[in-house]
Amino acid sequence: MPRELLEIAQRVETLSILSADGQVDKQLEPQIDQRDLLELYRTMLTARRLDERCLMLQRQGRIGTYGPSHGQEAASLGVAYVLRRDDWLVPTFREAPALLWRGWPIETWLLYWGGLEAGNRAPPEVNDLPVCVPIASQCQYGMGIAWGCKLRGQGQVCATFCGDGATSEGDFHEALNFAGVYNLPLIMVIQNNQWAISIPRRRQTAAQTLAQKAIAYGLDGLQVDGNDLLAVIAATREAVEKARTGGGPTLIEAVTYRMGVHTTADDPRKYRKPEEVQEWEPRDPLLRFRSYLRDRKRVLTEEVQKEIDERIAAQLDEAIKNYERHQPDPLEFFKYMYAEMTPELEAQMRELEAYLDRKKSGK
Amino acid sequence: MAQLTMVKALNLALAEAMRENPNVLVLGQDVGQDEGVFRVTEGLLAEFGSNRCIDTPLAEAAIVGAGIGLAFTGFVPVCEIQFDGFSFQAFHQIENHVRRFRNRTRGRYTCPMVIRMPYGGGIRALEHHSEAPEASYAHLAGLKVVIPSGPRNARALLRAAIYDPDPVIFFEPKAIYRATREEVPDQPETLPIGKGRVVRAGRDVTLITYGAMVKTALDAAEELADEHQVQAEVLDLLSVAPLDGALINQSVRRTGRAVVIHEAPRHCGVGAEIVARIVEDSLLYLEAPVKRVTGFDTVIPYFRNELTYLPDPGRVVQAALETLRF
Repeated sequence: MPRELLEIAQRVETLSILSADGQVDKQLEPQIDQRDLLELYRTMLTARRLDERCLMLQRQGRIGTYGPSHGQEAASLGVAYVLRRDDWLVPTFREAPALLWRGWPIETWLLYWGGLEAGNRAPPEVNDLPVCVPIASQCQYGMGIAWGCKLRGQGQVCATFCGDGATSEGDFHEALNFAGVYNLPLIMVIQNNQWAISIPRRRQTAAQTLAQKAIAYGLDGLQVDGNDLLAVIAATREAVEKARTGGGPTLIEAVTYRMGVHTTADDPRKYRKPEEVQEWEPRDPLLRFRSYLRDRKRVLTEEVQKEIDERIAAQLDEAIKNYERHQPDPLEFFKYMYAEMTPELEAQMRELEAYLDRKKSGK
Repeated sequence: MAQLTMVKALNLALAEAMRENPNVLVLGQDVGQDEGVFRVTEGLLAEFGSNRCIDTPLAEAAIVGAGIGLAFTGFVPVCEIQFDGFSFQAFHQIENHVRRFRNRTRGRYTCPMVIRMPYGGGIRALEHHSEAPEASYAHLAGLKVVIPSGPRNARALLRAAIYDPDPVIFFEPKAIYRATREEVPDQPETLPIGKGRVVRAGRDVTLITYGAMVKTALDAAEELADEHQVQAEVLDLLSVAPLDGALINQSVRRTGRAVVIHEAPRHCGVGAEIVARIVEDSLLYLEAPVKRVTGFDTVIPYFRNELTYLPDPGRVVQAALETLRF
């Protein structure tokens, strides 16, 4: 029997609309109204400035270890923009831009990195999950949420984020596999920022792209320029519409770059060259979108920019001030283990309370 | 009233809950078309359809992870892990998320789910099919860990677990899935999770145990009575997290002697927690050190040595007599 190439039904495509040098594909350019354009820009810039402030706060010991999203703003923001309020968003820890768009107060973001569970409090009007630390584990409950959305039948979808490192974890694969089997309204977005701490993308997997991993689960994959906000929005619109109308899951690989540190506990100079980072600077999503708004859409005047800058600075100052007013309740961590505290746990809490009282009064 | 095996009683609990509450779902490998490798989910696919009794691909972490997301969207998932030894594939989802979400989100997102699995040895099964990992789960705050000992309490406890707002790990002792039948009331009933009960009253020594070992302890108690004129009190804990410390201490304060029995290995087993509770609360009431009759600190052997490994009535009798001769 002759050997033949097996035709696989699923496809992997790549998408780019607004290039780093400002070229726009007019056919693919998504329609976004002016108010949204400016709001998207403002959010992106807020996230960038927030990162800068957080790095400073960490150095000053006012928050703990921090994980910046510098350089990756478009990859998460574009996704959040497309979602309905009642759609679900499952982040990792590098989706501040998306969460800001969804209405998470800056103060809440600071509370999380400042070591308080209050930082996990999603705004009540959106179905957002809190930050997830164990890599790829969120893929599983993101898939479960999508499943719940399908069973509820109200057209809700679930966008779940993960990184390039996550695509090596079993949870990523199991979740996509289930999503395919049950045809779930799941949009899995890989923020491929080229680095999993010190492991470069080429050593994370032998696969040519991450998007093609979709094929293994019977899904379509779409690789987009993750620094191109327009492409991220267009890709997400397509995936969300497909999911909402019963067309099932999509895997989106947003190709971006981690311009900063993995977290403040990391020193990238040990494993990557500064030249590589420099190469990515002209591809910055913020620069690109700013030029688009200023030169192409002509909505970003100097006056508007100044207004935005001032507003962001004031918001950050206010948020930091409010954050620093928070004090932990030393017994808080007993109170939410169960719907009703067990007698044993209550006894432990009382014992600690008595000890802390004695300590305070110097006995 | 019907005379039911534990399998039938568990099946009844599932069907009742699924009839009352359209949000209760059952998911796992082979639970639907095949009705479960032990038939615990018999008839559920036929009665409730494939959106409620769901056959899944082979991935325990995904079964549990899916359960978490389904819980967030308002469902009450009852996840089946096919055998105790395979639950470790899902362990990180249970530790990292199932047990933490209420705390992490201060109650905004919770996991009112049940993760149930056949548990323990005694049926000459293959490697990894006879594990007793309850201590590993009991150590994770945020979970409840329940181990029934017979058909009637299995039905009542599974019902309680399904309706519990917190996640429950539900271990079903497979050695007694079909070993006995018991009267199970037609009307649904529950038992409070975290409370044990006295299954045999006695004044000389307290035998503390759960699961399939309850019968072992009762057999030992009979031998103690018949051949040694010793009246043993037997406690069936029914739950190892929360643990009914009050029941344990009430009994030990009266008898002054205790033997803890479990199939799981000795080191850092639930028995160690029980001994600690007794020592903390009732030290001066003890007439002898508390003894533990447990599995050994080895891997559970293949089934040809299974009965050597598992506690038997003889070992329990011996331990009890040692507390009396101290």
